[in-house]
Amino acid sequence: MTAPAIELTGISKAFGPVQANRNIHIKVMPGTIHGIIGENGAGKSTLMSILYGFYQADSGNISVNGVSTDIREPQHAIGAGIGMVFQHFKLVQNFTVLENIILGAEDGAMLRPSKANARKELRRLADEYELNVDPDALIEDIGVGTQQRVEILKALYRQADILILDEPTGVLTPAEADHLFRILEGLRRQGKTIILITHKLREIMEITDAVSVMRGGEMVATLPTAGTSPERLAELMVGRKVLLRIDKKQAEPGDAVLEVESLSVTDADGVRRLSDVSFSVRSGEILGIAGVAGNGQSELLQVLGGITAATGNVRINGIGISLSGRRADGQSRRARGIAHVPEDRQHLGLIMDFLAWENMVFGYHHDPAYRRGRLLMDNAAIRRDAQTKMREFDVRPPIPGLPAKSFSGGNQQKLVLAREMTRGPDLLLVGQPTRGVDIGAIEFIHQHIVDLRDDGAAILLVSVELDEIMSLSDRIAVMFDGRVMGERLPGETHERELGLLMAGIDAGAA
Amino acid sequence: MDFMTVLQILDSALRLATPLLFACLAGLFSERAGIFDIGLEGKILVSAFMAASVSALMMAYVDAPMPLCVPFTGACVEIAGGVPIAPIVFGVLAGMGASMVLALLHGVASITFRGNQLISGVAINFLASGITVIIGENWFSLGGRTPQLEGSARFQEITLPFAERVGNVPLFGPIYHELLSGHTLLVYIGLLAVFLTWWVLFRTRFGLRLRAVGENPESVDTAGVSVIRLRYTAVLICGLLCGLSGTYLATGLAAGFVKEMSAGRGFIALAALIFAKWRPGYALMACLLFGLLEAIGNRFQNIEIFGIQIPVQFMQALPYILTVVILAGFVGKAIPPRAGGEPYVKER
Repeated sequence: MTAPAIELTGISKAFGPVQANRNIHIKVMPGTIHGIIGENGAGKSTLMSILYGFYQADSGNISVNGVSTDIREPQHAIGAGIGMVFQHFKLVQNFTVLENIILGAEDGAMLRPSKANARKELRRLADEYELNVDPDALIEDIGVGTQQRVEILKALYRQADILILDEPTGVLTPAEADHLFRILEGLRRQGKTIILITHKLREIMEITDAVSVMRGGEMVATLPTAGTSPERLAELMVGRKVLLRIDKKQAEPGDAVLEVESLSVTDADGVRRLSDVSFSVRSGEILGIAGVAGNGQSELLQVLGGITAATGNVRINGIGISLSGRRADGQSRRARGIAHVPEDRQHLGLIMDFLAWENMVFGYHHDPAYRRGRLLMDNAAIRRDAQTKMREFDVRPPIPGLPAKSFSGGNQQKLVLAREMTRGPDLLLVGQPTRGVDIGAIEFIHQHIVDLRDDGAAILLVSVELDEIMSLSDRIAVMFDGRVMGERLPGETHERELGLLMAGIDAGAA
Repeated sequence: MDFMTVLQILDSALRLATPLLFACLAGLFSERAGIFDIGLEGKILVSAFMAASVSALMMAYVDAPMPLCVPFTGACVEIAGGVPIAPIVFGVLAGMGASMVLALLHGVASITFRGNQLISGVAINFLASGITVIIGENWFSLGGRTPQLEGSARFQEITLPFAERVGNVPLFGPIYHELLSGHTLLVYIGLLAVFLTWWVLFRTRFGLRLRAVGENPESVDTAGVSVIRLRYTAVLICGLLCGLSGTYLATGLAAGFVKEMSAGRGFIALAALIFAKWRPGYALMACLLFGLLEAIGNRFQNIEIFGIQIPVQFMQALPYILTVVILAGFVGKAIPPRAGGEPYVKER
């Protein structure tokens, strides 16, 4: 019997009082794709950082190909044939692909021979693994899918036999993700071992040979993928039964709440971010905006939320709103019944150093209920209100006096949602509601969005998670390059068609 | 204005640009590695002081015997017949050494202890400004000055080969004779340093890693290269070059140290660095421009334009005015190294 490519025995790691990894055992067999799944904070990333030499375990042993190996620095991991593709790429933006690949693995003190060798080696790797990248392109000029290929090439150039990928599909279109999986399958055929860290059950089922589940810093189970199901994995991850499907009645749409006509935005560099976008959202209806990040969805939310100026017509309940000038701000939007859960909650939704209750009042300072006299704010009332809403939205811990940054991603999101959803808005703008949020909290957030819809609100949902769009929306609009490519009904379309629209290809029109 | 006057102004511009050039290249190494350094000024001042002081002290032993004692033992030997090495050699070493000590201090504060780089730089400037005067007064009792440097205690002007002979050739002759020839060694080293900097940055492995660490230190760290070592190396190179800048100021351009003699050159060099978009070739151009403005200010103390008398203060303020203009961003967008100013902390 062959030795496992990686064998971790009894790995433990604590950061202060937090036990990030507790007595972890795992065996990864060579030539397989091994998935590691778990919620945020389950300890997946810590474990991989230990394997890559970023941290040292407090106790435990690492064996690579049956040999006990001491990994104290990334260099040792690289030497042992381990390569890592991080979720956030570690690339130098204004370097060429070639320069990024040789960085740290140069052949000598001079660059010229290193580059020549690397160029040859790249051509070989490109032929072998379907990894075509222009070696002279600058990183800042190529797309994220290509950048990821550069990261993989970096690892292969360092002769990695074991490749760790951390949440690799988070930034990819469905087509790019398929391409990545083809590459990974190619690597497996060549005998490489791949560890895939993800929170997407579908990816685990689609490509892995075995899967390990982590929860609360512990390794809960390792199973052959063929012998398990998404439901079973979700249950193992969360520790209880989870609804993967949202419980949702048929929508009963009323009158149009939001009407958008030929909305256009040109940014400071003269690039057109939105061109001639038109759509409407009715009360009691969720319109999902699908698309790869960066195709105008962010600008759309910002225009409607009063952050960015635009041209065109937007009506709320039949009455127009200002798209530029003094009245085009968040304050005026809120006065018109628009609530906004921004995509980037840590920058636009919260002030991380401020306390939870202070964050709970942003945008609503002028509410008479929060005022004492003309000048003072009634902090006690705000705190009480915050406390109630945090209970209602199951924010953990429900302590209004903690700074926003000390909550987990999912609980931060719940703080924003609690602030925006509890005032009976006519229109809710919500961007990436579950980005960086655990499965358990996702279920909760989705349910609240659906409940708000059933109460008669119009909801504009922007998400890059196609699964989320498909399961929540009553109608789906796909954006590409600042335009609406088309609208579909979730019951009458499938991921393939939406994926094509997201890439700017309208199969129906062709 | 005749041809000779133009040449003389350009000649003066080259001299005045040299201390800026060293400081600018010093800043370039540091900032390219992601360490902002507004302490260039302090390092120039300290190295100018140490270079002038040590040169002045060693002047006494050119012909006279010098006692050399081993500390704590009392054992002494005497170098009879004076020290056979020119005082300026000791001056240069002292200047570079002093500057590198301050650079190391900045490194410890901003790399090891992850302090605020601006505050550390400001502290170094204050430290330099005070310490040079106090020690200078203690050593020489000349109100913070050092004694006048003479002969081999200064850098000598070098006449390039054939300068005299080709002096009469039209056009080329005067340019070679007046402009290019007759500078001190450091001026030529400065010009060479521009090329050398470019070569190191863009042709060597060290340069690639240095640029990477200023753009995205994580990329270097994950590639298994030490961010800390790279940054310390860069900071020390910065110290060495600043040392040359100060040394030139006190022993090449002037003949001794005067209180606050750096006169904001460290900040002008920073402005030139931004103007040059952190590139060595442009840095040369930017420093020459500043040098030219200073030379013009020195040469034309009183000029009239359209019957209006331009005050001498305005002419001398020209380089500083340009500094403000550049820093205010009137010369187009300059993108600094992305990781500049940020201490590197390993991410979880």
